[in-house]
Amino acid sequence: MDAITVGALEKRYGDVHALAGVSFAVRQGEVFALLGPNGAGKSTTVRILVTLTKPDSGAATVAGHDVVHEADAVRRSIGYVPQASGIDREATGRENLTLQGRVQGLRGPVLRERVDELLALFGLGEAADRTVRGYSGGMKRRLDVALGLVHRPQVFFLDEPTTGLDPEARAAMWDELGRLARGERLTILLTTHYLEEADRLADRLAIVSHGRVVVEGTPEGLKRELRGDSVAVEVTDGLGERAAAVVSALQDVHEAIPEGRMLRARVESGATAIPGILSALEGNGIAVVSVTTARPSLDDVYLHHTGRDFRSEDEAGVR
Amino acid sequence: MSQVAASDVASSARLGRLGEILAHSSYMVGRQTRNLFREPIWIAMMLVQPMFWLLLYSQLFRRLVELPGFETDSYIDFLAPAVVIMTAFFQGTWSGMGMITDLDRGVIERFLATPARRSALVFSQVLRSGLTSVIQGVIILAVSLVLGAENGGPVGWLVIMLAGGLVSAGFAGISQGVALITRREATMIAVANFIGLPLMFFSAMLIDFDLIPRWMQWAARFNPVQWAVDAAREPVLASPDWSLVGLSMLLLAAFVVATTGFATWAFRAYQRTL
Ligand SMILES: Nc1ncnc2c1ncn2[C@@H]1O[C@H](COP(=O)(O)OP(=O)(O)OP(=O)(O)O)[C@@H](O)[C@H]1O
Ligand SMILES: [Mg+2]
Repeated sequence: MDAITVGALEKRYGDVHALAGVSFAVRQGEVFALLGPNGAGKSTTVRILVTLTKPDSGAATVAGHDVVHEADAVRRSIGYVPQASGIDREATGRENLTLQGRVQGLRGPVLRERVDELLALFGLGEAADRTVRGYSGGMKRRLDVALGLVHRPQVFFLDEPTTGLDPEARAAMWDELGRLARGERLTILLTTHYLEEADRLADRLAIVSHGRVVVEGTPEGLKRELRGDSVAVEVTDGLGERAAAVVSALQDVHEAIPEGRMLRARVESGATAIPGILSALEGNGIAVVSVTTARPSLDDVYLHHTGRDFRSEDEAGVR
Repeated sequence: MSQVAASDVASSARLGRLGEILAHSSYMVGRQTRNLFREPIWIAMMLVQPMFWLLLYSQLFRRLVELPGFETDSYIDFLAPAVVIMTAFFQGTWSGMGMITDLDRGVIERFLATPARRSALVFSQVLRSGLTSVIQGVIILAVSLVLGAENGGPVGWLVIMLAGGLVSAGFAGISQGVALITRREATMIAVANFIGLPLMFFSAMLIDFDLIPRWMQWAARFNPVQWAVDAAREPVLASPDWSLVGLSMLLLAAFVVATTGFATWAFRAYQRTL
């Protein structure tokens, strides 16, 4: 059975078409990632699935319940880690967890044990009785995750669980999420900006752009679909476009897309294509600064399906 | 037969629902009061401000009771109920700030993704405001006792505290509604001042009702602050008018119901913008 089904969700905020028909399904026990730049519609999708927001049209179910008509049943089955926390900063970690548990219907010793268990599991035992105001970013985020798990949900939603964490805290969070995914029979839907994160945690992923799912599949499958290797060439400033034109005309190059001073090309085999690429560029008077080749990454998948570089699009969104 | 069974189920479901609303409201009240008591500044404000009013006004207007028309001869007796009501009124008017903080920090959204009863999120704020004012009332009355007031004995105490709780809850309803609609501190402050100050002045808070100008008396009739002052002051007078107390309490109760309704409506409106 599918733990989450999403059918043609649409949502408008005034003139902004936040979701323009999002559809996907997540199987039970699976880790599924929604990957996309700022403003793609990841949070809006999650917020509809956790019953915070009502869609304008389309339908979705979570754990077999309709998110609009059976909202309370959905709320009992899910955990939710919002993009921008939701912790009560004046309260201690333990108080936050206890209240969350009460609201989810836990009582007495069962609640107390569950709170202790989560505090220990997320390394918050020592800080349990301090107010959250004094927690580090990583501790706050771990408490956010613990809050979502108090009542042992069947489906767990995490909206950008690692954004804003330093690399060390991010790695720790990845370990914890990996453990959750393996240990309990939990379905996880997470959103992320980090291709690496999706690659590492997700069984399957969907790339979202401008309120639509652009492509969906396993990280490996998506990379495999891109035949051959990817070659990244750095040229001198302002020549990216011309270099792309020169390189895409070559025989064994499938695709060449410029992004600033970089040029990303997909070729049958990196090792044999590079000499041809280099001599073609030199022949046209374009100086090459560096060249690398690699198996396709999710970066290339993103670029291939949206025609845009992931990072530059993301930064454009922030501004 | 089947109809009876169906209505039984419905009514027991409703009782369960009501029980759940009450339980969730009490969790939320517990959380809000605990957080407030962790703010030393807030505790200071809560205690010091009413003391300040009590001492300042009692010195300032001590001779006032000598005016003909004053129905009591102890100004502190006359003043204590008014300070309870004034403090309760401020408490209610500013209670929306707590809601704005919760909205900003995502606390409300976190609860909205759980089975937490929506109405409890609103009721708890109104209830918290009312309860805080009752506690403040006890403290103010205790201090005024030390200063020589009698406050109309135990019945007087009860009536004064109840009036304080109701007027606080009533204005908390408005304040919560405004907080949910504006969702911005600056706007909230402007609205609180805009509504609050005139209501304060168009009431016979510091002076006997019969001594204020006639047109002001007329305006004060529609002012919930005045209802609370009426209810709270009568018991301390030489010959209390208990029917005025009863009527004022009824009006205050209706006021609380109406403004809580407004806050609940504002909460639904807020949810629709998500
Ligand atoms: N409550 C709202 N009111 C108005 N516009 C909104 C609201 N929520 C989202 N939007 C708009 O909808 C679009 C999609 O937003 P959404 O938050 O879903 O994107 P996202 O993929 O989560 O982005 P990010 O990576 O920045 O979190 C954006 O253009 C955003 O400005
Ligand atoms: Mg988002």
